[in-house]
Amino acid sequence: MTDWLGPEEWQAVALSLKVSLWAVGLSLPLSILAAYALARWQFRGKQLLNGIIHLPLILPPVVTGYLLLLGFGRRGPLGGVLEDAFGLVLAFRWTGAALAAALMAFPLTVRAIRLAIEAVDPKLEQAAATLGASRPWVFLTVTLPLILPGVIAGVVLGFAKAMGEFGATITFVSNIPGQTQTLPLAIYTFLQVPGGDGAALRLVLVSVAVAMAALTLSEVLARRAAQRVAGG
Amino acid sequence: MSLQVEITHPLPGFEVNVAFEAPGGVTALFGQSGAGKTTVINAVAGLLRPKAGRIALSGEPLFDASARVNLPVHRRRLGYVFQDGRLFPHLSVRQNLTYGQRFAPRGLPGPGLDEVADLLGLDRLLDRRPGALSGGEKQRVAFGRALLSHPRMLLMDEPLAALDAARKDEILPYLERLRDRSGLPILYVSHSVAEVARLATTVVVLEAGQVVRAGPAEQVLSDPAMVRQFGLREAGAVLPAEIACHHADGLTELAISGGRLFLPRMEQPAGAHTRVRILAHDVIVADRAPQGLSALNVLPGEVIALREGQGPGMIVQIQCGADRLLARITRRSAEALALAPGRKVHAVIKSVSIARTDVAAG
Repeated sequence: MTDWLGPEEWQAVALSLKVSLWAVGLSLPLSILAAYALARWQFRGKQLLNGIIHLPLILPPVVTGYLLLLGFGRRGPLGGVLEDAFGLVLAFRWTGAALAAALMAFPLTVRAIRLAIEAVDPKLEQAAATLGASRPWVFLTVTLPLILPGVIAGVVLGFAKAMGEFGATITFVSNIPGQTQTLPLAIYTFLQVPGGDGAALRLVLVSVAVAMAALTLSEVLARRAAQRVAGG
Repeated sequence: MSLQVEITHPLPGFEVNVAFEAPGGVTALFGQSGAGKTTVINAVAGLLRPKAGRIALSGEPLFDASARVNLPVHRRRLGYVFQDGRLFPHLSVRQNLTYGQRFAPRGLPGPGLDEVADLLGLDRLLDRRPGALSGGEKQRVAFGRALLSHPRMLLMDEPLAALDAARKDEILPYLERLRDRSGLPILYVSHSVAEVARLATTVVVLEAGQVVRAGPAEQVLSDPAMVRQFGLREAGAVLPAEIACHHADGLTELAISGGRLFLPRMEQPAGAHTRVRILAHDVIVADRAPQGLSALNVLPGEVIALREGQGPGMIVQIQCGADRLLARITRRSAEALALAPGRKVHAVIKSVSIARTDVAAG
Protein backbone atom coordinates (compact mmCIF):
# COMPACT_ATOMS: atom_id res chain seq x y z
CA MET A 1 0.00 0.00 0.00
CA THR A 2 2.89 2.35 0.70
CA ASP A 3 4.09 1.78 -2.89
CA TRP A 4 0.71 2.57 -4.26
CA LEU A 5 0.39 5.79 -2.28
CA GLY A 6 3.15 8.35 -2.29
CA PRO A 7 4.64 9.35 1.10
CA GLU A 8 2.76 12.62 1.14
CA GLU A 9 -0.52 10.91 0.33
CA TRP A 10 0.09 8.20 2.91
CA GLN A 11 0.81 10.89 5.46
CA ALA A 12 -2.53 12.56 4.77
CA VAL A 13 -4.42 9.28 5.18
CA ALA A 14 -2.64 8.42 8.45
CA LEU A 15 -3.17 11.94 9.78
CA SER A 16 -6.86 11.88 8.93
CA LEU A 17 -7.33 8.59 10.73
CA LYS A 18 -5.43 9.87 13.76
CA VAL A 19 -7.34 13.16 13.88
CA SER A 20 -10.73 11.46 13.46
CA LEU A 21 -10.10 8.74 16.03
CA TRP A 22 -8.93 11.24 18.62
CA ALA A 23 -11.77 13.60 17.81
CA VAL A 24 -14.47 10.94 18.20
CA GLY A 25 -12.80 9.03 21.03
CA LEU A 26 -12.22 12.03 23.25
CA SER A 27 -15.61 13.60 22.63
CA LEU A 28 -17.59 10.37 23.13
CA PRO A 29 -18.03 10.59 26.92
CA LEU A 30 -19.10 14.21 26.53
CA SER A 31 -21.46 13.24 23.69
CA ILE A 32 -23.11 10.62 25.88
CA LEU A 33 -23.40 13.06 28.77
CA ALA A 34 -24.89 15.78 26.55
CA ALA A 35 -27.28 13.29 24.93
CA TYR A 36 -28.37 12.03 28.36
CA ALA A 37 -28.91 15.56 29.64
CA LEU A 38 -30.97 16.54 26.61
CA ALA A 39 -33.00 13.32 26.70
CA ARG A 40 -33.64 12.96 30.41
CA TRP A 41 -32.96 16.07 32.44
CA GLN A 42 -35.10 19.14 32.83
CA PHE A 43 -33.02 22.21 33.45
CA ARG A 44 -32.89 25.90 32.69
CA GLY A 45 -31.15 26.72 29.45
CA LYS A 46 -31.81 23.27 27.96
CA GLN A 47 -32.88 24.81 24.65
CA LEU A 48 -29.82 27.03 24.66
CA LEU A 49 -27.53 24.03 25.19
CA ASN A 50 -29.34 22.18 22.44
CA GLY A 51 -28.83 25.17 20.13
CA ILE A 52 -25.15 25.53 20.92
CA ILE A 53 -24.52 21.82 20.32
CA HIS A 54 -26.24 21.98 16.95
CA LEU A 55 -24.69 25.30 15.91
CA PRO A 56 -21.71 23.81 14.00
CA LEU A 57 -24.19 21.86 11.88
CA ILE A 58 -25.88 25.06 10.71
CA LEU A 59 -23.07 27.63 10.66
CA PRO A 60 -20.85 27.80 7.59
CA PRO A 61 -17.78 25.68 8.56
CA VAL A 62 -15.52 28.63 7.84
CA VAL A 63 -17.32 30.58 10.57
CA THR A 64 -16.81 27.74 13.05
CA GLY A 65 -13.15 27.60 12.07
CA TYR A 66 -12.71 31.34 12.50
CA LEU A 67 -14.43 31.28 15.89
CA LEU A 68 -12.08 28.47 16.92
CA LEU A 69 -9.15 30.53 15.79
CA LEU A 70 -10.36 33.50 17.83
CA GLY A 71 -10.93 31.39 20.92
CA PHE A 72 -8.19 28.78 20.72
CA GLY A 73 -5.48 30.63 18.79
CA ARG A 74 -2.29 31.23 20.72
CA ARG A 75 -3.48 34.70 21.61
CA GLY A 76 -7.08 33.66 22.09
CA PRO A 77 -8.48 33.58 25.64
CA LEU A 78 -8.82 29.78 25.76
CA GLY A 79 -5.75 28.99 23.67
CA GLY A 80 -3.54 31.01 26.01
CA VAL A 81 -4.89 29.24 29.07
CA LEU A 82 -4.40 25.79 27.52
CA GLU A 83 -0.83 26.60 26.53
CA ASP A 84 0.10 28.02 29.93
CA ALA A 85 -1.58 25.30 31.95
CA PHE A 86 -0.93 22.16 29.91
CA GLY A 87 1.54 23.23 27.23
CA LEU A 88 -1.15 22.26 24.74
CA VAL A 89 -1.07 24.23 21.50
CA LEU A 90 -3.98 23.84 19.13
CA ALA A 91 -3.49 26.48 16.45
CA PHE A 92 -1.83 25.11 13.30
CA ARG A 93 -1.30 21.68 14.93
CA TRP A 94 -2.98 18.35 14.38
CA THR A 95 -4.53 18.70 17.84
CA GLY A 96 -6.40 21.72 16.52
CA ALA A 97 -7.58 19.69 13.55
CA ALA A 98 -8.89 17.11 16.01
CA LEU A 99 -10.74 19.81 17.96
CA ALA A 100 -12.31 21.20 14.79
CA ALA A 101 -13.33 17.70 13.69
CA ALA A 102 -14.73 16.89 17.13
CA LEU A 103 -16.80 20.05 17.19
CA MET A 104 -18.23 19.39 13.73
CA ALA A 105 -18.96 15.74 14.53
CA PHE A 106 -20.44 16.45 17.97
CA PRO A 107 -24.02 17.30 16.95
CA LEU A 108 -24.31 14.17 14.79
CA THR A 109 -23.03 11.87 17.53
CA VAL A 110 -25.16 13.51 20.21
CA ARG A 111 -28.26 13.28 18.04
CA ALA A 112 -27.88 9.54 17.38
CA ILE A 113 -27.20 8.76 21.06
CA ARG A 114 -30.02 11.00 22.23
CA LEU A 115 -32.52 9.14 20.06
CA ALA A 116 -31.28 5.85 21.50
CA ILE A 117 -31.64 7.13 25.08
CA GLU A 118 -35.14 8.40 24.39
CA ALA A 119 -36.06 4.93 23.17
CA VAL A 120 -35.01 3.31 26.46
CA ASP A 121 -38.03 2.74 28.70
CA PRO A 122 -37.39 4.65 31.95
CA LYS A 123 -39.46 1.94 33.64
CA LEU A 124 -36.55 -0.46 33.17
CA GLU A 125 -34.27 2.01 34.93
CA GLN A 126 -36.82 2.32 37.74
CA ALA A 127 -36.90 -1.46 38.05
CA ALA A 128 -33.11 -1.52 38.36
CA ALA A 129 -33.29 1.10 41.12
CA THR A 130 -35.82 -0.96 43.09
CA LEU A 131 -33.34 -3.85 42.90
CA GLY A 132 -30.74 -1.73 44.66
CA ALA A 133 -28.82 -0.12 41.80
CA SER A 134 -27.73 3.48 42.33
CA ARG A 135 -27.95 5.98 39.44
CA PRO A 136 -24.44 5.32 38.06
CA TRP A 137 -24.99 1.56 38.26
CA VAL A 138 -28.35 1.83 36.54
CA PHE A 139 -26.65 3.73 33.73
CA LEU A 140 -23.77 1.27 33.41
CA THR A 141 -25.78 -1.94 33.64
CA VAL A 142 -29.08 -1.02 31.99
CA THR A 143 -29.04 2.22 30.02
CA LEU A 144 -25.63 1.89 28.39
CA PRO A 145 -26.06 -1.69 27.13
CA LEU A 146 -29.47 -0.77 25.75
CA ILE A 147 -28.23 2.30 23.87
CA LEU A 148 -25.12 0.60 22.53
CA PRO A 149 -26.47 0.29 18.96
CA GLY A 150 -27.22 4.02 19.00
CA VAL A 151 -23.78 4.84 20.41
CA ILE A 152 -22.13 2.81 17.65
CA ALA A 153 -24.22 4.55 15.01
CA GLY A 154 -23.33 7.91 16.52
CA VAL A 155 -19.63 7.12 16.65
CA VAL A 156 -19.54 6.01 13.02
CA LEU A 157 -21.49 9.04 11.88
CA GLY A 158 -19.14 11.27 13.86
CA PHE A 159 -16.08 9.48 12.52
CA ALA A 160 -17.29 9.91 8.93
CA LYS A 161 -17.96 13.58 9.55
CA ALA A 162 -14.50 14.01 11.12
CA MET A 163 -12.82 12.27 8.18
CA GLY A 164 -14.55 14.63 5.78
CA GLU A 165 -14.18 17.86 7.73
CA PHE A 166 -12.72 20.60 5.55
CA GLY A 167 -13.82 24.17 6.12
CA ALA A 168 -13.36 24.58 9.84
CA THR A 169 -10.07 22.69 9.74
CA ILE A 170 -8.45 24.73 6.98
CA THR A 171 -9.59 27.98 8.59
CA PHE A 172 -8.45 27.08 12.10
CA VAL A 173 -5.24 25.14 11.55
CA SER A 174 -4.41 25.86 7.91
CA ASN A 175 -3.11 23.29 5.44
CA ILE A 176 0.31 22.13 6.59
CA PRO A 177 1.50 18.83 5.09
CA GLY A 178 2.24 16.28 7.83
CA GLN A 179 0.73 18.50 10.51
CA THR A 180 -2.78 19.57 9.54
CA GLN A 181 -3.17 18.39 5.97
CA THR A 182 -5.92 15.80 6.34
CA LEU A 183 -7.36 13.71 3.53
CA PRO A 184 -9.85 16.26 2.17
CA LEU A 185 -7.26 19.01 2.42
CA ALA A 186 -4.73 16.87 0.58
CA ILE A 187 -7.22 16.10 -2.21
CA TYR A 188 -7.98 19.79 -2.53
CA THR A 189 -4.26 20.62 -2.62
CA PHE A 190 -3.46 18.00 -5.27
CA LEU A 191 -6.29 19.33 -7.42
CA GLN A 192 -4.70 22.80 -7.32
CA VAL A 193 -1.35 21.47 -8.65
CA PRO A 194 -0.89 20.60 -12.35
CA GLY A 195 -0.53 16.80 -12.67
CA GLY A 196 -1.95 16.18 -9.23
CA ASP A 197 -5.07 14.44 -10.56
CA GLY A 198 -3.61 10.96 -10.09
CA ALA A 199 -2.78 11.49 -6.45
CA ALA A 200 -6.17 13.15 -5.85
CA LEU A 201 -7.96 10.21 -7.45
CA ARG A 202 -6.04 7.71 -5.33
CA LEU A 203 -7.00 9.61 -2.19
CA VAL A 204 -10.61 9.72 -3.34
CA LEU A 205 -10.52 5.92 -3.61
CA VAL A 206 -9.06 5.68 -0.11
CA SER A 207 -11.84 7.96 1.16
CA VAL A 208 -14.49 5.77 -0.41
CA ALA A 209 -12.87 2.62 0.98
CA VAL A 210 -12.62 4.02 4.52
CA ALA A 211 -16.22 5.22 4.41
CA MET A 212 -17.47 1.84 3.17
CA ALA A 213 -15.45 -0.04 5.77
CA ALA A 214 -16.73 2.16 8.57
CA LEU A 215 -20.33 1.77 7.44
CA THR A 216 -20.05 -2.01 7.13
CA LEU A 217 -18.39 -2.31 10.52
CA SER A 218 -21.05 -0.19 12.16
CA GLU A 219 -23.83 -2.20 10.52
CA VAL A 220 -22.38 -5.44 11.84
CA LEU A 221 -21.74 -4.10 15.34
CA ALA A 222 -25.08 -2.35 15.59
CA ARG A 223 -26.94 -5.44 14.42
CA ARG A 224 -25.13 -7.59 16.93
CA ALA A 225 -25.82 -5.13 19.73
CA ALA A 226 -29.47 -4.81 18.69
CA GLN A 227 -29.84 -8.58 18.76
CA ARG A 228 -28.48 -8.68 22.28
CA VAL A 229 -30.92 -6.00 23.35
CA ALA A 230 -33.95 -7.55 21.66
CA GLY A 231 -33.03 -10.83 23.27
CA GLY A 232 -34.21 -13.36 20.72
CA MET B 1 -41.79 -6.57 60.35
CA SER B 2 -44.61 -4.23 59.47
CA LEU B 3 -45.12 -1.27 57.18
CA GLN B 4 -46.79 1.92 58.32
CA VAL B 5 -48.12 4.25 55.67
CA GLU B 6 -49.63 7.65 56.29
CA ILE B 7 -49.48 9.91 53.28
CA THR B 8 -51.30 12.58 51.35
CA HIS B 9 -50.64 13.30 47.73
CA PRO B 10 -52.65 15.33 45.24
CA LEU B 11 -53.72 13.70 41.99
CA PRO B 12 -55.72 15.30 39.17
CA GLY B 13 -59.32 15.50 40.43
CA PHE B 14 -58.81 14.09 43.90
CA GLU B 15 -56.36 13.61 46.69
CA VAL B 16 -54.82 10.41 47.96
CA ASN B 17 -55.07 10.53 51.73
CA VAL B 18 -54.38 7.16 53.31
CA ALA B 19 -53.23 5.73 56.58
CA PHE B 20 -52.88 2.02 57.13
CA GLU B 21 -50.56 -0.59 58.50
CA ALA B 22 -49.41 -3.71 56.69
CA PRO B 23 -48.43 -6.40 59.18
CA GLY B 24 -46.71 -9.61 58.07
CA GLY B 25 -48.31 -11.78 55.42
CA VAL B 26 -49.99 -10.40 52.32
CA THR B 27 -51.64 -7.03 52.63
CA ALA B 28 -53.89 -6.44 49.65
CA LEU B 29 -54.46 -2.87 48.57
CA PHE B 30 -57.79 -3.29 46.84
CA GLY B 31 -59.67 -0.74 44.76
CA GLN B 32 -60.98 0.04 41.32
CA SER B 33 -58.71 1.58 38.70
CA GLY B 34 -57.96 5.16 39.59
CA ALA B 35 -58.49 4.69 43.32
CA GLY B 36 -54.88 5.66 44.01
CA LYS B 37 -53.44 2.20 44.64
CA THR B 38 -50.40 2.60 42.38
CA THR B 39 -49.71 6.04 43.84
CA VAL B 40 -49.53 4.48 47.29
CA ILE B 41 -47.29 1.55 46.30
CA ASN B 42 -44.99 3.83 44.29
CA ALA B 43 -44.68 6.12 47.29
CA VAL B 44 -43.68 3.14 49.41
CA ALA B 45 -41.11 2.11 46.79
CA GLY B 46 -39.75 5.64 46.56
CA LEU B 47 -40.65 6.07 42.89
CA LEU B 48 -42.99 8.89 43.84
CA ARG B 49 -42.52 11.49 46.50
CA PRO B 50 -45.74 12.17 48.40
CA LYS B 51 -46.61 15.72 49.29
CA ALA B 52 -46.80 14.96 52.99
CA GLY B 53 -46.80 12.14 55.48
CA ARG B 54 -44.64 9.32 56.69
CA ILE B 55 -43.77 5.82 55.54
CA ALA B 56 -41.89 3.53 57.89
CA LEU B 57 -40.78 -0.07 57.86
CA SER B 58 -40.68 -1.55 61.36
CA GLY B 59 -40.26 1.93 62.77
CA GLU B 60 -37.43 2.93 60.39
CA PRO B 61 -38.60 5.86 58.29
CA LEU B 62 -38.36 5.46 54.52
CA PHE B 63 -40.04 8.79 54.03
CA ASP B 64 -40.92 11.50 56.48
CA ALA B 65 -41.96 14.84 55.10
CA SER B 66 -41.67 16.72 58.39
CA ALA B 67 -38.24 15.25 59.21
CA ARG B 68 -37.12 15.69 55.58
CA VAL B 69 -36.29 12.02 55.23
CA ASN B 70 -36.62 10.49 51.77
CA LEU B 71 -34.56 7.35 51.34
CA PRO B 72 -33.66 6.91 47.65
CA VAL B 73 -35.28 3.99 45.83
CA HIS B 74 -32.14 1.89 45.65
CA ARG B 75 -31.53 2.08 49.38
CA ARG B 76 -35.03 1.06 50.49
CA ARG B 77 -34.49 -2.62 49.68
CA LEU B 78 -38.08 -3.36 48.79
CA GLY B 79 -38.46 -5.90 45.99
CA TYR B 80 -40.93 -4.51 43.46
CA VAL B 81 -42.81 -6.72 41.00
CA PHE B 82 -44.44 -4.62 38.30
CA GLN B 83 -47.52 -5.44 36.27
CA ASP B 84 -45.48 -5.39 33.08
CA GLY B 85 -42.56 -7.48 34.37
CA ARG B 86 -39.86 -5.05 33.28
CA LEU B 87 -37.21 -7.72 32.78
CA PHE B 88 -33.95 -6.46 31.35
CA PRO B 89 -34.07 -7.46 27.67
CA HIS B 90 -30.29 -7.48 27.25
CA LEU B 91 -29.70 -9.97 30.07
CA SER B 92 -30.42 -13.68 30.28
CA VAL B 93 -32.96 -15.01 32.76
CA ARG B 94 -30.09 -16.00 35.06
CA GLN B 95 -28.56 -12.51 34.88
CA ASN B 96 -31.95 -10.94 35.46
CA LEU B 97 -32.49 -13.09 38.53
CA THR B 98 -29.11 -12.28 40.05
CA TYR B 99 -29.15 -8.59 39.08
CA GLY B 100 -30.05 -7.33 42.54
CA GLN B 101 -27.70 -9.66 44.40
CA ARG B 102 -24.58 -7.58 43.83
CA PHE B 103 -26.23 -4.55 45.43
CA ALA B 104 -27.50 -6.34 48.52
CA PRO B 105 -25.48 -6.20 51.72
CA ARG B 106 -23.19 -9.23 52.00
CA GLY B 107 -23.94 -12.22 54.15
CA LEU B 108 -27.70 -11.81 54.43
CA PRO B 109 -29.73 -14.92 55.01
CA GLY B 110 -32.11 -15.71 52.21
CA PRO B 111 -32.66 -18.07 49.32
CA GLY B 112 -30.03 -18.54 46.63
CA LEU B 113 -30.48 -18.78 42.88
CA ASP B 114 -31.00 -22.55 42.89
CA GLU B 115 -33.60 -22.39 45.60
CA VAL B 116 -35.54 -19.59 43.92
CA ALA B 117 -35.32 -21.22 40.50
CA ASP B 118 -36.73 -24.36 42.05
CA LEU B 119 -39.45 -22.52 43.97
CA LEU B 120 -40.68 -20.73 40.84
CA GLY B 121 -40.01 -23.49 38.34
CA LEU B 122 -37.37 -21.54 36.42
CA ASP B 123 -34.61 -24.17 36.17
CA ARG B 124 -35.05 -24.76 32.46
CA LEU B 125 -35.37 -21.08 31.57
CA LEU B 126 -32.12 -19.80 33.07
CA ASP B 127 -30.17 -19.45 29.84
CA ARG B 128 -33.00 -17.94 27.82
CA ARG B 129 -33.60 -14.31 27.03
CA PRO B 130 -36.70 -12.53 28.37
CA GLY B 131 -37.86 -11.99 24.78
CA ALA B 132 -38.27 -15.76 24.40
CA LEU B 133 -40.49 -16.20 27.47
CA SER B 134 -44.28 -16.34 27.75
CA GLY B 135 -46.10 -13.74 29.84
CA GLY B 136 -46.47 -16.09 32.78
CA GLU B 137 -42.82 -17.11 32.67
CA LYS B 138 -41.75 -13.47 32.58
CA GLN B 139 -43.77 -12.72 35.70
CA ARG B 140 -42.26 -15.70 37.50
CA VAL B 141 -38.78 -14.40 36.65
CA ALA B 142 -39.84 -10.98 37.95
CA PHE B 143 -40.90 -12.58 41.26
CA GLY B 144 -37.58 -14.39 41.49
CA ARG B 145 -35.59 -11.29 40.63
CA ALA B 146 -37.29 -9.28 43.36
CA LEU B 147 -36.87 -12.10 45.86
CA LEU B 148 -33.16 -12.54 45.12
CA SER B 149 -32.36 -8.88 45.74
CA HIS B 150 -32.67 -9.70 49.46
CA PRO B 151 -35.55 -7.30 50.05
CA ARG B 152 -37.02 -6.52 53.43
CA MET B 153 -40.47 -6.65 51.89
CA LEU B 154 -42.08 -7.33 48.52
CA LEU B 155 -44.25 -4.87 46.62
CA MET B 156 -46.48 -6.17 43.87
CA ASP B 157 -48.50 -3.91 41.59
CA GLU B 158 -51.17 -6.01 39.86
CA PRO B 159 -48.61 -8.67 38.99
CA LEU B 160 -51.20 -10.89 37.32
CA ALA B 161 -53.34 -8.27 35.62
CA ALA B 162 -51.60 -8.58 32.25
CA LEU B 163 -52.09 -12.36 32.10
CA ASP B 164 -55.02 -14.35 30.79
CA ALA B 165 -57.08 -16.50 33.14
CA ALA B 166 -55.18 -19.72 32.41
CA ARG B 167 -51.80 -18.09 33.09
CA LYS B 168 -53.13 -16.59 36.32
CA ASP B 169 -54.19 -20.01 37.58
CA GLU B 170 -50.78 -21.32 36.63
CA ILE B 171 -48.96 -18.61 38.59
CA LEU B 172 -51.11 -18.36 41.71
CA PRO B 173 -49.73 -21.55 43.31
CA TYR B 174 -46.19 -20.16 42.83
CA LEU B 175 -47.24 -16.93 44.50
CA GLU B 176 -48.70 -18.86 47.41
CA ARG B 177 -45.48 -20.80 47.81
CA LEU B 178 -43.47 -17.59 47.60
CA ARG B 179 -45.66 -16.05 50.30
CA ASP B 180 -45.38 -19.07 52.58
CA ARG B 181 -41.72 -19.91 52.11
CA SER B 182 -40.13 -16.47 51.94
CA GLY B 183 -41.90 -15.22 55.04
CA LEU B 184 -41.57 -11.68 53.66
CA PRO B 185 -44.38 -9.21 54.12
CA ILE B 186 -46.02 -8.45 50.78
CA LEU B 187 -47.94 -5.35 49.76
CA TYR B 188 -50.17 -6.54 46.94
CA VAL B 189 -52.07 -4.07 44.77
CA SER B 190 -55.04 -5.57 42.98
CA HIS B 191 -58.49 -4.87 41.65
CA SER B 192 -59.30 -8.58 41.44
CA VAL B 193 -61.40 -9.85 44.32
CA ALA B 194 -60.52 -13.43 43.44
CA GLU B 195 -56.79 -12.75 43.86
CA VAL B 196 -57.33 -10.85 47.06
CA ALA B 197 -59.55 -13.62 48.46
CA ARG B 198 -56.98 -16.19 47.59
CA LEU B 199 -53.79 -14.49 48.76
CA ALA B 200 -54.47 -11.75 51.27
CA THR B 201 -54.19 -11.96 55.02
CA THR B 202 -55.03 -8.29 55.43
CA VAL B 203 -57.19 -6.20 53.11
CA VAL B 204 -57.14 -2.42 52.73
CA VAL B 205 -59.97 -1.12 50.56
CA LEU B 206 -59.27 2.15 48.75
CA GLU B 207 -61.87 4.35 47.14
CA ALA B 208 -61.10 7.72 45.52
CA GLY B 209 -57.87 7.98 47.44
CA GLN B 210 -59.35 7.14 50.85
CA VAL B 211 -59.18 3.99 52.94
CA VAL B 212 -62.80 2.90 53.39
CA ARG B 213 -62.08 -0.36 55.24
CA ALA B 214 -59.01 -2.19 56.53
CA GLY B 215 -58.67 -5.39 58.52
CA PRO B 216 -58.12 -9.13 58.39
CA ALA B 217 -59.14 -10.59 55.01
CA GLU B 218 -61.90 -12.82 56.42
CA GLN B 219 -63.57 -9.89 58.13
CA VAL B 220 -63.29 -7.39 55.30
CA LEU B 221 -64.41 -9.82 52.60
CA SER B 222 -67.47 -10.95 54.60
CA ASP B 223 -68.50 -7.39 55.46
CA PRO B 224 -71.86 -6.67 53.82
CA ALA B 225 -70.96 -2.98 53.72
CA MET B 226 -68.12 -3.79 51.31
CA VAL B 227 -70.27 -5.59 48.75
CA ARG B 228 -70.51 -2.48 46.60
CA GLN B 229 -66.71 -2.15 46.48
CA PHE B 230 -66.12 -5.79 45.63
CA GLY B 231 -69.02 -5.97 43.21
CA LEU B 232 -72.19 -8.05 43.51
CA ARG B 233 -70.90 -10.92 41.40
CA GLU B 234 -67.59 -11.11 43.23
CA ALA B 235 -68.72 -10.57 46.80
CA GLY B 236 -68.24 -13.56 49.03
CA ALA B 237 -66.74 -14.81 52.25
CA VAL B 238 -63.39 -16.48 52.77
CA LEU B 239 -63.26 -19.24 55.36
CA PRO B 240 -60.19 -20.93 56.81
CA ALA B 241 -60.55 -24.69 56.54
CA GLU B 242 -58.71 -27.91 57.22
CA ILE B 243 -58.87 -30.92 54.93
CA ALA B 244 -60.59 -33.66 56.94
CA CYS B 245 -60.47 -36.50 54.46
CA HIS B 246 -60.84 -37.49 50.82
CA HIS B 247 -63.84 -39.67 49.96
CA ALA B 248 -63.90 -42.49 47.45
CA ASP B 249 -66.60 -40.81 45.35
CA GLY B 250 -64.23 -37.96 44.47
CA LEU B 251 -65.29 -35.48 47.14
CA THR B 252 -63.08 -33.89 49.73
CA GLU B 253 -64.41 -33.19 53.19
CA LEU B 254 -63.32 -29.96 54.82
CA ALA B 255 -63.65 -28.99 58.44
CA ILE B 256 -64.64 -25.36 59.01
CA SER B 257 -65.54 -23.74 62.28
CA GLY B 258 -69.26 -23.98 61.56
CA GLY B 259 -69.41 -27.55 60.31
CA ARG B 260 -68.34 -29.61 57.32
CA LEU B 261 -68.03 -28.77 53.64
CA PHE B 262 -67.94 -31.26 50.78
CA LEU B 263 -66.10 -30.11 47.70
CA PRO B 264 -64.87 -31.70 44.50
CA ARG B 265 -61.55 -33.48 45.05
CA MET B 266 -58.73 -31.20 46.21
CA GLU B 267 -55.05 -31.89 45.84
CA GLN B 268 -53.80 -31.15 49.33
CA PRO B 269 -53.46 -34.09 51.75
CA ALA B 270 -55.68 -34.60 54.77
CA GLY B 271 -54.67 -32.31 57.60
CA ALA B 272 -53.56 -29.50 55.30
CA HIS B 273 -54.85 -26.00 56.02
CA THR B 274 -56.57 -24.15 53.27
CA ARG B 275 -59.05 -21.40 52.61
CA VAL B 276 -62.30 -21.55 50.70
CA ARG B 277 -64.07 -18.68 49.05
CA ILE B 278 -67.83 -18.94 48.96
CA LEU B 279 -69.51 -16.39 46.71
CA ALA B 280 -72.59 -14.65 48.04
CA HIS B 281 -74.70 -15.62 45.04
CA ASP B 282 -73.91 -19.33 45.55
CA VAL B 283 -75.50 -19.39 49.00
CA ILE B 284 -79.17 -20.23 49.52
CA VAL B 285 -80.81 -19.35 52.84
CA ALA B 286 -83.36 -21.72 54.42
CA ASP B 287 -85.29 -21.16 57.66
CA ARG B 288 -85.06 -24.84 58.64
CA ALA B 289 -82.81 -27.77 57.77
CA PRO B 290 -83.90 -28.62 54.25
CA GLN B 291 -85.05 -32.12 53.31
CA GLY B 292 -84.72 -33.83 49.96
CA LEU B 293 -82.20 -31.40 48.53
CA SER B 294 -79.32 -32.22 46.23
CA ALA B 295 -77.01 -29.66 47.84
CA LEU B 296 -74.52 -31.38 50.13
CA ASN B 297 -73.48 -28.45 52.25
CA VAL B 298 -75.95 -27.22 54.80
CA LEU B 299 -74.47 -25.06 57.52
CA PRO B 300 -76.53 -23.93 60.50
CA GLY B 301 -76.05 -20.31 61.47
CA GLU B 302 -77.54 -17.09 62.66
CA VAL B 303 -78.32 -13.91 60.75
CA ILE B 304 -76.15 -11.03 61.93
CA ALA B 305 -76.90 -8.31 59.47
CA LEU B 306 -78.99 -7.52 56.42
CA ARG B 307 -78.15 -4.95 53.84
CA GLU B 308 -80.42 -3.78 51.09
CA GLY B 309 -79.05 -3.01 47.68
CA GLN B 310 -80.52 -0.72 45.04
CA GLY B 311 -82.26 -3.46 43.10
CA PRO B 312 -84.53 -6.28 44.23
CA GLY B 313 -81.68 -8.08 46.00
CA MET B 314 -80.12 -7.89 49.40
CA ILE B 315 -77.11 -9.25 51.23
CA VAL B 316 -77.44 -11.38 54.34
CA GLN B 317 -74.51 -11.92 56.67
CA ILE B 318 -74.68 -15.23 58.53
CA GLN B 319 -72.55 -16.32 61.45
CA CYS B 320 -71.48 -19.96 61.05
CA GLY B 321 -69.29 -21.02 63.93
CA ALA B 322 -66.46 -18.50 64.10
CA ASP B 323 -66.86 -17.52 60.44
CA ARG B 324 -69.23 -15.29 58.58
CA LEU B 325 -70.87 -16.12 55.29
CA LEU B 326 -72.51 -13.76 52.85
CA ALA B 327 -75.66 -14.70 50.96
CA ARG B 328 -77.20 -12.70 48.17
CA ILE B 329 -80.95 -13.28 48.00
CA THR B 330 -83.99 -11.31 46.87
CA ARG B 331 -85.74 -8.94 49.17
CA ARG B 332 -88.94 -10.92 48.57
CA SER B 333 -87.32 -14.08 49.96
CA ALA B 334 -85.96 -12.18 52.94
CA GLU B 335 -89.47 -10.99 53.74
CA ALA B 336 -90.97 -14.45 53.21
CA LEU B 337 -88.46 -15.96 55.62
CA ALA B 338 -88.83 -13.03 58.03
CA LEU B 339 -85.06 -12.65 58.15
CA ALA B 340 -83.77 -10.37 60.87
CA PRO B 341 -80.65 -10.24 63.01
CA GLY B 342 -80.72 -13.11 65.48
CA ARG B 343 -82.83 -15.39 63.24
CA LYS B 344 -81.55 -18.99 63.09
CA VAL B 345 -81.11 -20.11 59.49
CA HIS B 346 -79.37 -22.71 57.37
CA ALA B 347 -76.96 -21.73 54.62
CA VAL B 348 -77.08 -24.08 51.65
CA ILE B 349 -74.13 -24.28 49.23
CA LYS B 350 -73.82 -26.44 46.15
CA SER B 351 -70.54 -28.37 46.21
CA VAL B 352 -69.77 -27.89 42.56
CA SER B 353 -70.36 -24.16 42.65
CA ILE B 354 -67.09 -23.62 44.47
CA ALA B 355 -64.52 -23.13 41.77
CA ARG B 356 -61.29 -25.00 42.07
CA THR B 357 -59.43 -21.70 41.78
CA ASP B 358 -61.31 -20.38 44.78
CA VAL B 359 -59.69 -22.97 47.00
CA ALA B 360 -56.29 -21.81 48.05
CA ALA B 361 -53.30 -23.11 49.89
CA GLY B 362 -52.63 -21.91 53.43
